[in-house]
Amino acid sequence: MKRKDIFMNAAFRENSVWKQILGICSSLAVTNLMLNSLIMGLGVTFSLIFANLTISAIREYTPRSVRMMAQVLIIGAYVIIVDIYLRANLPDVSKQLGPYVGLIITNCILMGRAEAFAAKNPPLDSVVDGIGAGLGYTLVLLAISCVRELFGFGSLFGIQILGTWWIKWSIMVMAPSAFFLLAAMIWFINDKYYKVKTS
Amino acid sequence: MHISPFILFWAAIFTSNVLLTNFLGMCSYLSVSREMESSFGLGIAVVFVLTITCALNWLVYYYLLVPLHIVYLQYIIFIIVIAASVQLLELIIERFTPTLYYTLGIFLPLITVNCAIFGVALFMIIRQYNFLQTIAYATGSGIGWMLAILMLAGIRTRIKDKMIPAGLVGPGISLIVTGIMALAFVGFSGIVNVQ
Repeated sequence: MKRKDIFMNAAFRENSVWKQILGICSSLAVTNLMLNSLIMGLGVTFSLIFANLTISAIREYTPRSVRMMAQVLIIGAYVIIVDIYLRANLPDVSKQLGPYVGLIITNCILMGRAEAFAAKNPPLDSVVDGIGAGLGYTLVLLAISCVRELFGFGSLFGIQILGTWWIKWSIMVMAPSAFFLLAAMIWFINDKYYKVKTS
Repeated sequence: MHISPFILFWAAIFTSNVLLTNFLGMCSYLSVSREMESSFGLGIAVVFVLTITCALNWLVYYYLLVPLHIVYLQYIIFIIVIAASVQLLELIIERFTPTLYYTLGIFLPLITVNCAIFGVALFMIIRQYNFLQTIAYATGSGIGWMLAILMLAGIRTRIKDKMIPAGLVGPGISLIVTGIMALAFVGFSGIVNVQ
């Protein structure tokens, strides 16, 4: 498979969130502000790329029986790096994201890509796959948070877009809207992109 | 933090439900909720494992990680504690209560990667709960999670053979149902005010 195909596959055709329904927890929890979503997306992309690289590089030396544990520990190491970096350089965002940075470890996307791709393919291809899956995830996060922040706070990336006449929709800040928006997004994509028909 | 463990227990079930307000444990929630029976099995397993691992993680954190100044390793240590205790639990249950093992057996490995278990452990550290509060919060969260998955399973068995737009079949409709459930749970939020 060509590198471009691998990338397109991971980012769009087999997108972790809307196609495989993985990593839902964080894509719902951090999407009330666009900045948080962007940083979370970049954190996941970083961990994905390096975890994929490492897992793929040692794939021939890992015994099958301890494979899962090894993958979790590798992912954990990179997540700790992301967490320490955020705490040092972006303390506010780190505080708002709270436990969800640590939860990247149990984010199914990382285990999913490690198991489905990195454990079977050479390191460079795995890096491309990591970039694709990470960007696909970031895209979903930004799309959902764009709607939630605009309607909920009247701003984008913290910059006020809608004036004082705008009545803020408090539902958009609360949990239920995240479920509805993700469902709407999955519906739209199934309909327009995969063209699912009733059988 | 001086909240009585009893209040925390109820708050964890209703006002700050781990799934409906904190979005933890969504993956297994969406994939296992097809039938009532398996949802019940997984729910019981989550309550069980959550209480035990949170108590263990609390002890490990305050008596091992803090004195040794290796708090930055908490993520890896927590994951290892969770994986190890799930394995141990599996052995114990298999040895002593084979009937329970048949209901829980297949769900226990699934739980190691359930983010609710790990997330609750992180919340208890961030909110600085003491030991009793931790146990109350963990049990409450487990019961809250089980309540949510049982409700979704009940609704899904009802809508299984109804006409749904093709693009919404499966995860889409489950997410909408969950959203409505979350809206209903927002109604509880005035009862106790604990974050």
